[in-house]
Parts: sequence; C-alpha cells; structure tokens
Amino acid sequence: MIRVQREDFDLGTELRALTEGNHAIGGLASFVGLVRDMAGGEKVGAMTLEHYPGMTEKMLGRIEAEALERWQLDASLIIHRYGHLEPGDQIVLVATASPHRQAALESCHFLIDWLKTKAPFWKLEDTPDGGKWVDARDSDDEAAARWAK
Amino acid sequence: MKLLYFAWLKTKTGVSEETVSPPSEVKTVAELLVWLKQRGPGYEDALADIDALRIAVNQEYADFTDPVAPGDEVALFPPVTGG
Repeated sequence: MIRVQREDFDLGTELRALTEGNHAIGGLASFVGLVRDMAGGEKVGAMTLEHYPGMTEKMLGRIEAEALERWQLDASLIIHRYGHLEPGDQIVLVATASPHRQAALESCHFLIDWLKTKAPFWKLEDTPDGGKWVDARDSDDEAAARWAK
Repeated sequence: MKLLYFAWLKTKTGVSEETVSPPSEVKTVAELLVWLKQRGPGYEDALADIDALRIAVNQEYADFTDPVAPGDEVALFPPVTGG
C-alpha cells in the first residue's frame, strides 16, 4: 500500500493495521525516517518537502511491486509525507511483513534504499542563510546500487 | 507540450509549470533542453549543467536521447532527495 500525505502518522496504529488478522505473518520490519536538526555540520531549522504528484505515487507503486516480486511478503506499506516538517518529525515509513524475518528485513531495507534514489521528492532546508535545496548524496546511489539484480 | 519544474529548477526559471510549443525540429529531450536554454537568463542558468538534471517524460524517467512530442508532459528536476 502507498500513501503520500501531508499529515503525520502513528507507527503503532499503522503496524497493527498492516498485520491485523493475518496469522501467517511471523516477522514485521519497519523503518521510520526522521527530520534531523543538523546537515553537513550546519544547523537546520524546519524543511519543506516538495514532490511530483502523480509520478510520486507511480514510482512508489513500482518500487513496492518490485519488492513483492523479489520477496515473499504478506503485507507492505510505504507512507511518505510532504510539506512543512520540523526537526524530529517523521518523514517516511516503510514496513514489510512476511512469514519469516529475513524477507521482511531485507525487503524493508531494499524499499528505503530504492525510494531514496527513485521517488521524486526534494528537500528544501531552512538555514540561517535562507532556503537551501538539499543535494543528492552519492552514498544513497551506492546504497541503491547494492540491490541491482 | 506541458513542462513542469521542481526544486531549484523552479527557483531558477521562476516557473513551476508552463505550456510550450517548441519548433518541429525539437524531437528529443536533449533538443528540448537546448531550445529551452535560449529562452532567457533564468533558463540559461537553470540548464547550465545538463548533467545535474533529471528528466521525466509522461512521469517516467527519460534519457537525453529519448523522444519528446507535442502533448507530452516533461518534468525537469535535480536528483531526488526524499526519504
């Protein structure tokens, strides 16, 4: 399932809903991305997350479909927020559920790595010098490349 | 053809969305970028480093050699930074 939303989410509620009623699930993995107050040694205030409505949902759907093809999963969920976010706020949730831990853990890792390099989101950080568009990091590309087939 | 600009492409061009009619010789993403670049200082600045750009045609990532046609939705943006 894919959700792109401005509103915050409750981790417990989302995870419970994901596994509810399915007792074949033996492992549930999740990753939550948070807004940091530091970037490259610089103090950062709030940020605004921009995205490309339409393509975002399309890309997230495709990334999820890829995970479902590669691993045996009973359930998966990607929630990505956009708009104004403060340090400490939740940005993204990726959760995967499977009969066994390995598929859940690996696919969760895969989803967040791929999402970071493929889903059309851009961070605009508030800095003391004004708004600054965050540069993409090579390490994110390298992390995603590990999952190439 | 509908053009969309995101992140600093939007800041530099001063445009988030526009409809354009490039000349009929413009048949690829690369040719579209060359044509766009000469439309004003904002465009020239935004498109100065072509390698820093990512392009989507009809919401699919595209290469510079991929075709573009009237009626397409073409988006220009920097490498993504979500997650």
